[in-house]
Amino acid sequence: MTKFSRCNPWSLGVGLICLVLIAPIVLIFASLALPQYEVWQHLAETVLADYVTNSLLLAFGVGVLVVLIGGPLAWAVARYEFVGRSHIQWLALLPLAMPAYIIAYCYTGLLDFAGPVQSALRASFGWKYGEYYFPEIRSLSGAVLMLSLVLYPYVYMLAKTAFSELPSSMEETAKSLGCSTSQFIFKLVLPIARPAILMGAALAMMEAFADYGTVQYFGISTFTTGVFRTWFGLGNGIAAAQLAAMLTTFVMLLLILEFYSRRKIKYYSQGQKRGPRPRTQLRGARGILVAGLCLLPIILGFMIPVGQLLYWSIHTYSAQLDAAFVSLVWNSFYLAAITALVVVSLAVLFAYAKRLNTSRGIHAVINTVSLGYALPGTVIAIGAMLILTQLDIYLNDLTEAWFNFTPGLVLSGTLFALVLVYSIRFLAVAMHNLDTGMARVKPSLDEAAKSFGVSAWHIIRTIHIPLLKTSIFSACLLVFVDVLKELPATLILRPFNFNTLAVRTFELASDERLMEAAIPALAIVLVGIVPVVFLSRMTDKQNSR
Amino acid sequence: MLRLTDVAIGYDSQTVVDNLDLHLEAGQIGCLLGASGCGKTSILRAIAGFQEVTCGQISLRSNVVSEPNTMLAAQKRNIGVVFQDYALFPHMTVAQNIAFGLHRLSKDERQQRVRELLNLVGLNGLEERYPHGLSGGQQQRVALVRAMAPKPDLLLLDEPFSSLDSELREALAIELRSILKHENTTALLVTHDQYEAFAMADVIGVMHQGKLMQWADAYTLYHQPNSKAVANFIGEGVLLSGKVAEHKQIDCALGTFNQTNQRTYSVGQSVSFLIRPDDIILDPSSAIRAKVIDKAFRGSHIWYRLQLLSPDTQQQVICLAPSHHNYAIHESLGIRLDLKHLIVFAD
Repeated sequence: MTKFSRCNPWSLGVGLICLVLIAPIVLIFASLALPQYEVWQHLAETVLADYVTNSLLLAFGVGVLVVLIGGPLAWAVARYEFVGRSHIQWLALLPLAMPAYIIAYCYTGLLDFAGPVQSALRASFGWKYGEYYFPEIRSLSGAVLMLSLVLYPYVYMLAKTAFSELPSSMEETAKSLGCSTSQFIFKLVLPIARPAILMGAALAMMEAFADYGTVQYFGISTFTTGVFRTWFGLGNGIAAAQLAAMLTTFVMLLLILEFYSRRKIKYYSQGQKRGPRPRTQLRGARGILVAGLCLLPIILGFMIPVGQLLYWSIHTYSAQLDAAFVSLVWNSFYLAAITALVVVSLAVLFAYAKRLNTSRGIHAVINTVSLGYALPGTVIAIGAMLILTQLDIYLNDLTEAWFNFTPGLVLSGTLFALVLVYSIRFLAVAMHNLDTGMARVKPSLDEAAKSFGVSAWHIIRTIHIPLLKTSIFSACLLVFVDVLKELPATLILRPFNFNTLAVRTFELASDERLMEAAIPALAIVLVGIVPVVFLSRMTDKQNSR
Repeated sequence: MLRLTDVAIGYDSQTVVDNLDLHLEAGQIGCLLGASGCGKTSILRAIAGFQEVTCGQISLRSNVVSEPNTMLAAQKRNIGVVFQDYALFPHMTVAQNIAFGLHRLSKDERQQRVRELLNLVGLNGLEERYPHGLSGGQQQRVALVRAMAPKPDLLLLDEPFSSLDSELREALAIELRSILKHENTTALLVTHDQYEAFAMADVIGVMHQGKLMQWADAYTLYHQPNSKAVANFIGEGVLLSGKVAEHKQIDCALGTFNQTNQRTYSVGQSVSFLIRPDDIILDPSSAIRAKVIDKAFRGSHIWYRLQLLSPDTQQQVICLAPSHHNYAIHESLGIRLDLKHLIVFAD
């Protein structure tokens, strides 16, 4: 897998780190070499069909719904001017701050039998249990809806860029060639924006495949819940890894779709110098109607669940804000901070490795390692768990033989395991930011500085650090928040008696202690808003340039 | 074919083009020439139907297509447009791009027309390529034939060469002209580059600050500009100041000349008149002496900036001397004026 063209220290260092980062994934696929006939026979007879159909239905449902929500929203924001458009533009990103398992339990509290909506219906119409129909939120379609409400921003962001980058000359050319408005939309706009929309949908579908919290809470059997059950229920790690390998294969297909789309986007945007056409003004009732429709996903995906959390929090905060909560916040924050530091340091190292080495090998290895974002947290966690417990066993045997001392589970039972898994999953987030920053530090700047005869360290201090610091900061922020929200890997790998906000929220919600779960959930959401606002500011800045 | 009468164009109470009249015959190639921001692209957009006029009217084949508050949709004008960025549809092949405007033809006719056009611009064999796989010059040719494919009454070209390397431009301009002439297309292009305009157009309009200053062929614009703005914009040259003397004569540092144009100036009025580099001839026997200030070697010619050595003047002229007349800077030489047209402007 790793190919060293020359054995310089960069290749060696980067190669070793990448080997560590890739090992869990390799192990997942290596597990296929150890067939577990009994477990698989059992799975095939009972739940395997459910896992496959539910996971596929969930992912495709989410894929379709995020396009239906995010596409028209992006079109309205990109092409029309209406009341509140400039605010809606960034408010539409807020649902990104809402982890799916939190929105799921908010709506459950709101819509289940004892919740305020059904109670109010019963009170006003005098209905009794079983006398009326009400859609069940704890269902596959409920899960599709919940996930779509928080994942549509992926499509929205990418489609908005695609729609607003359409040069005005494109539309005018089409018109001068006798093309009607609907022909323009169906023959030109949609085909040209299709790669961007598909890429957004692919990212959302990857998240849907990876989701554990929502489906577990709703009691839907999917691959992720299956991996958990096989590992903890049947106690078969190898079979769990094999299930994870199956899941990964589905995700790989999405990855190919994403790659294909990314390449198309690059080709399609070549040579477009003209600015976009000015937005059409929508006045009066039409403007208000469009604004209302655009607000709908924001209200459903963010305002209502946050309102629900606030309401619960107000009723429970006095009992909740105790020493245990403080240690929960402390655990979450320092875990997230350590991970952010580790991941961003790796990203900086890799970014420089790519910059200073033209060797194809290093680039390929780093790019492969950054694909971890596509892998479900459950998958990476299972792989890491298998390999680290094995290493711990060897290590303890070794130290016992040599020093008559056993250090215990130093790799699999400590935060090391968590940080490793987070690094694999979130490296791409940091790399993306660093690559963008690095593109600004053009090699000619280095050469210009060198021509003045200053030292390498001086160049780094006066040119690289100032130009890279925004990228490094936003990378830290994004990784920090992603770690804070992460659920399934944390559930599997956290050390004994180590709780985080995400884990606690999920445990309380699973125990139907919805009100008590509100405070830790609200903490996650509030911290999650920070990078969303920060990022929308950054894109505003770029657009105004 | 195309007629604009008293046209004005404005955006939000700001007028960018005013009082514009022009006329283009069928088969003619016209050009609007001017610095950026002079309103020439607005005129093109108004003719294409992307921009309303605030005054006057635009007619095409004697039918009014634009008037204040009424505008025939761009789709119904039968006008082809080639944009500065070409606006090729990135998801379609070359053939699909060219066939885009041919939706009324049958499949066979469409293929036939596409082949014919690709042949015309020498792009046979590139039918299945995508725009991102073409060079800049190839993209431009595809954009051109795509606009020409439905046989429009009028073809509009907005800065068609601006995205190309400067070495390519003039050659392509000449090629483009022969393609347009071959198809007998009526065309109007917009450019800021006078050499492109000279190479392409039968008739050129010089635009300055939203007004059409002069609408004439290249020779007339160069030798008989009707205003200082046109004289300054077109070609090289200097405006030499002089004074009107008795008997309709004008005195200046280079001698006394008879005034030939219709306008008469009062005696004693100060005027300027246009001296082109080709009006100055090196003549060692001449009594008028000048000193070389700047020079630039241009292959067949040497470009000189000369300072007149008459005692009462600080004035300068420009001269293009044949290449073997090589003088050093500060060297003094004799010059003679060979004026075919005396172009005088009041100061």
